[in-house]
Amino acid sequence: MYYKMVLVRRFEEKVVELYRAGEIPGIAHGYIGEEAVAVGVCSALRRDDYILSTHRGHGHSLAKGIDPKYLMAELYGKKTGVCKGIGGSMHSTEPDVGVIFSSAIVGGNIPIAVGVALAFKMRKEDRVVVSFFGDGATNTGAFHEALNLASIWKLPIIFVCENNFYAISTHVSKSVAAKEIVDRAIAYNMPGVVVDGNDVLAVYDVTLKAVERARRGEGPTLIEARTYRWLDHGMYYLGKYRPDEEVMMWKQRCPIKLLKERLLKEGIATELELSKLEERVALEIDEAVRFARESEEPDLDFVKQFVYVR
Amino acid sequence: MAVREITYAEAIREALREEMLRDERVFLMGEDIGLIGGVFKVTQGLYEEFGPERVRDTPISETAIVGAAIGAAIAGMRPIAEIMYMDFLMCAGDQVINHLPKIRFMSGGKLKVPAVIRTQYGLYRYAAAQHSQFYPAFLMNIPGVYVEVPSTPYDAKGLLKSAIRDENPDIFIECAALYRLRGPVPDYEYTIPLGQADIKREGKDVTVFAISYMVHVALSAAKKLESEGISVEVVDPRTLNPFDKKTLVESIKKTGRLVVIEADHKTAGVGAEVLAIAMEEAYDYLKAPAVRLAAEDIPPPFSPKAYNASLPNEEKLINTIKRLLKHSR
Repeated sequence: MYYKMVLVRRFEEKVVELYRAGEIPGIAHGYIGEEAVAVGVCSALRRDDYILSTHRGHGHSLAKGIDPKYLMAELYGKKTGVCKGIGGSMHSTEPDVGVIFSSAIVGGNIPIAVGVALAFKMRKEDRVVVSFFGDGATNTGAFHEALNLASIWKLPIIFVCENNFYAISTHVSKSVAAKEIVDRAIAYNMPGVVVDGNDVLAVYDVTLKAVERARRGEGPTLIEARTYRWLDHGMYYLGKYRPDEEVMMWKQRCPIKLLKERLLKEGIATELELSKLEERVALEIDEAVRFARESEEPDLDFVKQFVYVR
Repeated sequence: MAVREITYAEAIREALREEMLRDERVFLMGEDIGLIGGVFKVTQGLYEEFGPERVRDTPISETAIVGAAIGAAIAGMRPIAEIMYMDFLMCAGDQVINHLPKIRFMSGGKLKVPAVIRTQYGLYRYAAAQHSQFYPAFLMNIPGVYVEVPSTPYDAKGLLKSAIRDENPDIFIECAALYRLRGPVPDYEYTIPLGQADIKREGKDVTVFAISYMVHVALSAAKKLESEGISVEVVDPRTLNPFDKKTLVESIKKTGRLVVIEADHKTAGVGAEVLAIAMEEAYDYLKAPAVRLAAEDIPPPFSPKAYNASLPNEEKLINTIKRLLKHSR
């Protein structure tokens, strides 16, 4: 878990750097500060369980097992990318490791995740589905329709809300009528759990419970993981909407720092072991950038073949 | 091996049933399609035969219905979702526009979305502006999703079976005014390739390109004009995407005249696209300007008198064809 969290962090730091240097085109959304959610959740899943991700999805893809070089190549818009350079930063699909789809429409993946879970249930497979989304998505109709349907049909799905408190600039207190996002589970007759989204082990524990419940055929769970994004919504500064003290407070609660302290304190790992993992990550990121830079760009004729199955 | 006469609704039901028997991945979901067999009774009897797992009644949640169909499809199933009225399709607009046609593409071809969304539009049902709409051109304008508009029981069955087997997403648009129409349908297995127009009647003076219900209006007009010595060719596209340009262009080359008759709105309707194709690919063969007969550019009114007048009909078509023949070069 430590390795995965550092991998996500370094990957995202590199993306910001390359984006600002003009090397990565388009738009991108950073996951820095939220690593414990993706890693905690995905660590509780099997390889053949599926996740559906969002516009802020690099962390989910890496945590579920996509090789950073294919993800980086996708961000560069290269043929070797995880979606052959057609999807970009916000779209990632690698069914072999259980990343089935990322939607860049807020709330868009949630009903689709329900359909994936329906397929598993109809085929009597014991696989589960995780739908990741943010606090903003819980205000879309898609969220409500999907939770209702998943509960009626008792589908093997875990809804993971990454509550980072801001939908771009709008604070949850101004956008969510419920006292807590997790309360929305009550309306759909499913368990709702709040977890500290910066504590990877806590996230892992609540996810595992929800996964076991889903595998037993008892239906969905809503998890609200409270966390924080250190960066702005995207790669651009959009204006000041968060107090400096709030940002500082969350940075002090860095999920990687918290895990590191715990691993050292409990004698599970040594400084040396952790720094070796960090070195391995650094090499992997360098290799990912090299791979992405050297890869070929798709041309129009190449992309045209992927509109239809013919 | 025989050919029977069955209705358009029965033909659709047969296609659903046969494909469910053939492939256990095929299942149905939609509002009121199970227990009562659908508000138009198209799925009648399937719930009893296949059970609630494969004929799933859903809440009134169009976004979840289409979204779940997409999800089940990318996970290897063959879902057929029913959206009760075409008007309600846009309740699921995000899934229909941003997801259904794009997932295969955005995934770099790793995923396929073999889902079928069945829906219907009514004609002459006097159900006002939110239960009467037909907007196929809008769907043609979205690359990535196939669109079928069958006009006969034979076409409905053959096209639906192809749509279910096809690996691409489909929006299959039925016409409620045709559900009771009877027509010949073989009792043996057949399918109709997607993207193949059908010449419903051969003629030499004018091509009438007719969509869905309007095929029957065109055939009736053609019969009447025959006695006046005017030979009308009726071309039914059957699918709007893939669009069979070749059959259209060949027909124009033969007759030199084109009239489009469609129940969707005139502005930026299917006819606009058809006329543009005629200009781009058959201009030299046109002996007269190509024309469109379509629904007025107003939301469908309730008043039966006003509503009927807003739609194209046989009389308007006959007059248009006669005028066209008179003013040809």
